[in-house]
Amino acid sequence: MARARSVDAAAVQPAVTVRGLVKRYGELEAVRGIDLDVTPGELFGFLGPNGAGKSTTIKILCTLVKPTAGKATIAGLDVLTQRAAVRRQIGLVFQETTVDDYLTAEQNLRFHASIYGMPRKSVGPRIEAVLELVGLSDRKRSPVRTFSGGMKRRLEIARGLLHSPRVLFLDEPTIGLDPESRQVLWRYVDELRRREDITVFLTTHYMDEAERCDRIAIINSGTIVALGTPASLKGEVGEDRVRVATADNDAAILTIKKKLKVDAVPDGDALLIAVPDGESFVPRLFGIGIAVQSVSVSRPTLDDVFLAHAGRRIGDEEPAAPRRWMMGGGRR
Amino acid sequence: MTAQAVERQIDVAPVVSPLGGMVHELRAIAIVWQRDMVRTVGDPARLISTLLQPLLFLFVLGAGLSAAVRGGTGGADYKTFLFPGVLITGILFTAVFSAISIVWDREFGFLREMLVAPIASSSIVVGKCLGGATIATVQSVLIIALAGAVHVPYRAGLMFGLLGVVFITSFTMTAFGLVLAARVKSVQTLMPLVNMLLMPLTFMSGSLYPLGPGAPQWLDIVARYNPLSYAVTASRTLVIRSLPKTSPTRALFHGLTWLGWPVPGWLDAIVVAAVGLLLLTIACVLFSRTE
Repeated sequence: MARARSVDAAAVQPAVTVRGLVKRYGELEAVRGIDLDVTPGELFGFLGPNGAGKSTTIKILCTLVKPTAGKATIAGLDVLTQRAAVRRQIGLVFQETTVDDYLTAEQNLRFHASIYGMPRKSVGPRIEAVLELVGLSDRKRSPVRTFSGGMKRRLEIARGLLHSPRVLFLDEPTIGLDPESRQVLWRYVDELRRREDITVFLTTHYMDEAERCDRIAIINSGTIVALGTPASLKGEVGEDRVRVATADNDAAILTIKKKLKVDAVPDGDALLIAVPDGESFVPRLFGIGIAVQSVSVSRPTLDDVFLAHAGRRIGDEEPAAPRRWMMGGGRR
Repeated sequence: MTAQAVERQIDVAPVVSPLGGMVHELRAIAIVWQRDMVRTVGDPARLISTLLQPLLFLFVLGAGLSAAVRGGTGGADYKTFLFPGVLITGILFTAVFSAISIVWDREFGFLREMLVAPIASSSIVVGKCLGGATIATVQSVLIIALAGAVHVPYRAGLMFGLLGVVFITSFTMTAFGLVLAARVKSVQTLMPLVNMLLMPLTFMSGSLYPLGPGAPQWLDIVARYNPLSYAVTASRTLVIRSLPKTSPTRALFHGLTWLGWPVPGWLDAIVVAAVGLLLLTIACVLFSRTE
């Protein structure tokens, strides 16, 4: 989502900085040297498959896990040496729910206000404000166990915002929600970004959620393989993607290379070709002596970006052989 | 981000929280305590069931035992003797179960909400400990109110003394529960473990029968190393002392001894408190390491 905003002179300091971050668990290297800067006010997305190191990085930024090496700051505060101060500056919404089912929405928020040391007289109005923001004002006094999954998640977002953090971390915020609840949740996230002076740091493995971000970092096997706006990342992998199935794919690769001077790579039982203009390219496939069975043209998606950098799709279990082909032709 | 500049509208005034310190930690302890209160009041079924158990001990087991031992006690009232033991036994389970609710909190994620807050994890542990102690003490008020039914005199000094011992004991037992909860992460494992530990602790504390000359010697020795014996003896010292000098029930009671030296009742209470503080410290250390 191309969201525009003014640059506040006082907020030039990055909301999040990460330098050479490494986290090892014994033999396993979960995070292998990550560097990034998040600008204040940004919706920053961390896109990658499960086990890529997204959650570990978030846990380090939230002071829950100590890094093996490297440095990270939130609003200029060091996550290692200024833990309590960092914790006041961040709001957290985890993958799993962390609200107390037996308390009401308001009691949950009051609990949070106390453990975050909010000034007493600000608590009441602030609770009203955040509940209104996530559309739960009328459920203030209901026990949380009567809430749906989507409502609980919204309550958690309200709670994450309660103490006015500078950075709100959303770790897979829509996991386990039905499509409708996901949509509702995103409407509220957009709304909170309009109203609150806040940076949102999101992890996801959903492409459509990554598309909403101002910038995304694509993470695979503990390293950032690409970083930029969704549009620029997609631009890097070639404008259009032509998917063609032929009777003999191996022979077709050679023919296409020779006659059309472009690279085709196998993708499942078809071939993928990256070209600037897919529609005008398709007719050229006919008449070069390959037996075309089907053709389709699509705009590149973030999944294609991931495929280009990681050599596999986000849903795949094992990485395929690296396919760096798209970087050669389509880069601009 | 695009370069195009659009002024953002910010309607919600941000809150600035001053940086922590002792006041903040005390407030955290208070809210953890308060949450336990709110949850307990919201769950009367649990309150009633924990209340019924001591009544069962006192009026059913007590009645049966009194009848069985009547000949051998020289006219002593066994139910009177049993009263302090039942009082302590009754709060054990309440206190320990209150503590291990933190395992449920871990399972349902709420522990995380507490542990990621800008507070010391020991504030959570202390708040939990005070919560368990409060719930158990309030519960014991109802048992203490029945003192007259088993011929324990209603005297202000005795009542407050008993409440004091009960509070110290339930604080210690909650801390004990927290130490278990810090190490054992699943409720399924913890429940049988608690039963396995609490039953022998209760039976070897002299809560249900007299220790001293009449008891098997090994039991007498084991009891000396059982913190619960000190809690039972402290409360029983108070009850026995409030009885008339001529009461035959007095003869049933023998305090604990260290190398032949009779341990006074106040020291019994201090032993319980010291064990409680030690367990609390251990629980704080364990919880600061968990996440």
